[in-house]
Amino acid sequence: MTDIAIFDYGAGNIFSLKNALERQGASVRIQTKVEDLRGYDGIFLPGVGNFDPAVRSINGCGGNGSSSSSSSDNNNNNNNSSNSSSPVDFLRVVGTTPVFGICLGMEMFFEKSQEGKEKGLGVIRGDIVVLPDTLKIPHMGWNALEIRRENRILEGIDDGSWVYFVHSYRASPADQDVIVAESDYDIKVPAIVQRDNFFGTQFHPEKSGAVGALMLGNFLRECSK
Amino acid sequence: MRARFQSRRQSNLLTKRVIPCLDVDNGRVVKGLHFESITDAGDPVELASKYSRDGADELVFLDITASQEKRGTTRELVSDVAKVIDIPFTVGGGVGSVDDARDILLSGADKVGVNTGAVNNPALLTELMGIFGKQCVVVAIDAKRNHSEDSTKTMFEEDGKKFWFEVFIYGGRRSTGLDAIRWAKEAAALGAGEILLTSIDRDGTGDGYDVLLTQKTVDAVSVPVIASGGCGRPEDMCEIFQRSDVDAALAASIFHYEDRSVNWVKEILRDRGIPVRL
Repeated sequence: MTDIAIFDYGAGNIFSLKNALERQGASVRIQTKVEDLRGYDGIFLPGVGNFDPAVRSINGCGGNGSSSSSSSDNNNNNNNSSNSSSPVDFLRVVGTTPVFGICLGMEMFFEKSQEGKEKGLGVIRGDIVVLPDTLKIPHMGWNALEIRRENRILEGIDDGSWVYFVHSYRASPADQDVIVAESDYDIKVPAIVQRDNFFGTQFHPEKSGAVGALMLGNFLRECSK
Repeated sequence: MRARFQSRRQSNLLTKRVIPCLDVDNGRVVKGLHFESITDAGDPVELASKYSRDGADELVFLDITASQEKRGTTRELVSDVAKVIDIPFTVGGGVGSVDDARDILLSGADKVGVNTGAVNNPALLTELMGIFGKQCVVVAIDAKRNHSEDSTKTMFEEDGKKFWFEVFIYGGRRSTGLDAIRWAKEAAALGAGEILLTSIDRDGTGDGYDVLLTQKTVDAVSVPVIASGGCGRPEDMCEIFQRSDVDAALAASIFHYEDRSVNWVKEILRDRGIPVRL
């Protein structure tokens, strides 16, 4: 059985992701500390919350004094005493373990975001930028995938498949080669990005019906390799 | 009313969403007329699972249980529904605080519907947005045509009758004197990521959606709007998508009682040129 950790940065619903992975046969644990992410076959960074508090959690200092008041009261998972030691480096813990970032989780792969001031993980070069205000924001609903290149997590998934988006920011990668698929929302929105062991989707595979389930299954196979 | 509505800030690239609604009372799905005369329509988990498989783009679950103490069972129900579906899931009913919203989200919902709680305390919307993000916050507005002349309200005229749209709370039982379209605009500014707009006049009648109410609200806000109340046939759904720029349409009884799947309705929409996920 594939052992999966979902990193919980403390805001919103991660249960639909847990349910979706369990339906695919994975064994899923929810972890709130970076050091507890060791030893899994795959790691998920889920899609809920705000950029700065999420990045602070992943850097091992979420919920400490620097947190914004709007999110600190819900970001209580890292408030305990173990944080007094030096923060554990997320990228070192992860190593070559496959990581799947969803929405905000994917946005953290990049260097920085217009949603916050903190630095992202920087595993993909580029920024997260807000959607143009000429469009309805959030981009919410089912949009079609335009596949740009073959990828292991797209196995069995056709060009034009529908997936569920809900987001107000989009990725702007420095290198277009990381874009696996896009969606058209009057502007092109990178829908799937990948670099090395980091896979990211702007949409929510756990809420994207059968297509999303296929994608999660493909990723789990990647994890058990 | 036959004039084509101006399309604004609307991408034609997103599909129109078809959303079955489960009104749940004491653990059972029920259906009313004008918010009253409730009849049993089945088991919520069974229906949710069926709709998710049959092409629903999203699911809305409204807890209309009257007594506060019975709300606990609803949370278990939300969690059971969340386990069997893989589409977005909104839960509303009795949400009056951040804690209520957190309970619902931690039970497995993706979005929280707020109605009376937001009218009584509009600042709640901003609080919810700050903690969970506006994509989690759906403001449900129940609106009814009020035929009294009032120069302080946005008046409309249809079929020779003048009226304005008034917000009702507590499940349609209490009038507020609030102008529904202005309230929608204010709610969106305060933190709502989506508006679920129900016409009390049409709810349960099967006479079709209130096109005027829907389009005026869509024009007033820049967040997605879900039309609700009055859908009796697939043609009603065609009408609301063709005569307004609404993003999604919600219906209950056409899915509960007819032996028709959600995809059957969506095929009819597609044949009329409305973009849907099939």
